[in-house]
Amino acid sequence: MRIACPYCGARGVDEFSYLGDATVVRPDPAAETALADFVDYVHTRENPFGRHRELWQHASGCQSWLVVTRDTRTHAIEAVEVAKDVALARGEAK
Amino acid sequence: MSTDRYSIFSLLRETLRGHTGWKPAWRSPEPKPHYDVVIVGGGGHGLATAHYLAKTYGVRNVAVLEKGWIGGGNVGRNTTIVRSNYLLPGNIPFYEHSMKLWEGLEQDLNYNAMVSQRGILNLFHSDGQRDAYARRGNAMRMHGVDAELVDAPELKRILPMLDFDNARFPIKGALRQKRAGTVRHDAVAWGYARSADGFGVDIIQNCEVTGFRIEDGRIEGVETSRGFVGASKVGLACAGNSSRVAAMAGLRLPIESHALQAFVSEGIKPFIDTVCTFGAGHFYVSQSDKGGLVFGGDIDGYNSYAQRGNLPTVEDVLESGMAVMPAIGRVKLLRSWGGIMDMSMDGSPIIDTTPVEGLYLNAGWCYGGFKATPASGDSFAHLIAKDAPHPVATAYRLDRFATGRTIDEKGVGAQPNLH
Repeated sequence: MRIACPYCGARGVDEFSYLGDATVVRPDPAAETALADFVDYVHTRENPFGRHRELWQHASGCQSWLVVTRDTRTHAIEAVEVAKDVALARGEAK
Repeated sequence: MSTDRYSIFSLLRETLRGHTGWKPAWRSPEPKPHYDVVIVGGGGHGLATAHYLAKTYGVRNVAVLEKGWIGGGNVGRNTTIVRSNYLLPGNIPFYEHSMKLWEGLEQDLNYNAMVSQRGILNLFHSDGQRDAYARRGNAMRMHGVDAELVDAPELKRILPMLDFDNARFPIKGALRQKRAGTVRHDAVAWGYARSADGFGVDIIQNCEVTGFRIEDGRIEGVETSRGFVGASKVGLACAGNSSRVAAMAGLRLPIESHALQAFVSEGIKPFIDTVCTFGAGHFYVSQSDKGGLVFGGDIDGYNSYAQRGNLPTVEDVLESGMAVMPAIGRVKLLRSWGGIMDMSMDGSPIIDTTPVEGLYLNAGWCYGGFKATPASGDSFAHLIAKDAPHPVATAYRLDRFATGRTIDEKGVGAQPNLH
């Protein structure tokens, strides 16, 4: 498996480290349902059979955090985006 | 039991008639319209559950539904190691119960599962690691499990091929559990299947569950590729695919699916007569009766349902092997393969009821499912039959992630790829 880092080009998967599902969003700690929301955020995962958006870091390269869209049935990679761009588009990062 | 009892006499009888009288070890029945219990998943745990339901708890109107063929999943893909050298209170009694069931398994099933208590040696490489293993060994002994610390001179007599004076990871000794060992994994699936079938359990292969019929929060049965099968109770034992199957019942689980690879070398003469694990990397090895070295290491580390892994993990496992046992560099690798693990958020399994009445969950075995097979089956059968957890499995609750009672043997937190 090779991941096409937007900065460094296609590199072997051994240069990257994996964090997990990129679709989980940190809940609002002030919400009424915060306790249940955080349990869900920390522990519950969709774990899809197929298309999965996931966080990788190019740890042995440029260190950037990436959102990779990959098929968990075949390991085929559909898209690689810089995580900050994804967060900006979601209105989270500055 | 409807099946013939295997014995020296049946073998002699069949020898004299040219082995023409053996019957199939289990039937291939059509699904009935309704069962008291349907088990989803004909792997080790599902078949063991059926066996103990029928034999121990007297529930015999049972079907095991398997989408492929029995034993085609993780029960036939692991490195066959059984042990009970755990540290935490929620785990030790459970895995020791499993170890005791392994010790009596062949008599219980009337089936040769090649249970071999050849022992396990977990190597340590520093004073700190010796302390950690001494603590683990003491925890085991306090629960009545055998454990002993082996020093380097004694270890040199047992495993002379190890690289004791390795500059980076010198070997200082090992934690030993003599009762641990290996079991022929296919035979475990077949033995449980034959025994369950003998009690009247229907084992239905090539029957994929495609949905659940739930009315007013209560299970009514399962939709399958071979039609609807009604059931008063349904047990899920489909680790690797637990999230997919549970999602059909509207459940979301604290689980990620990950690929774990295993390896076997060409057959060689007797080389290692115990199970050995490297303490400074992740590598475990034993030798099969055919002579192949059977070994494995870490999971690949990213979500996968592909039943195959990637080359960096192969390299990492083989490097770990070379670091501890340089002689294996002369041996050719015969095969490698992958299986899909239910990696739970604390590295421990789940055997519990679910919010759906009559639906029971057995999941999250990470890569420790094989050794747990008998206790998992017994505990799950107990839960289904009596609607109460088995005394050794009370900690494996689904709600422990919300209540903070997680069982994190490795201490890495909610990061499934690190367990």
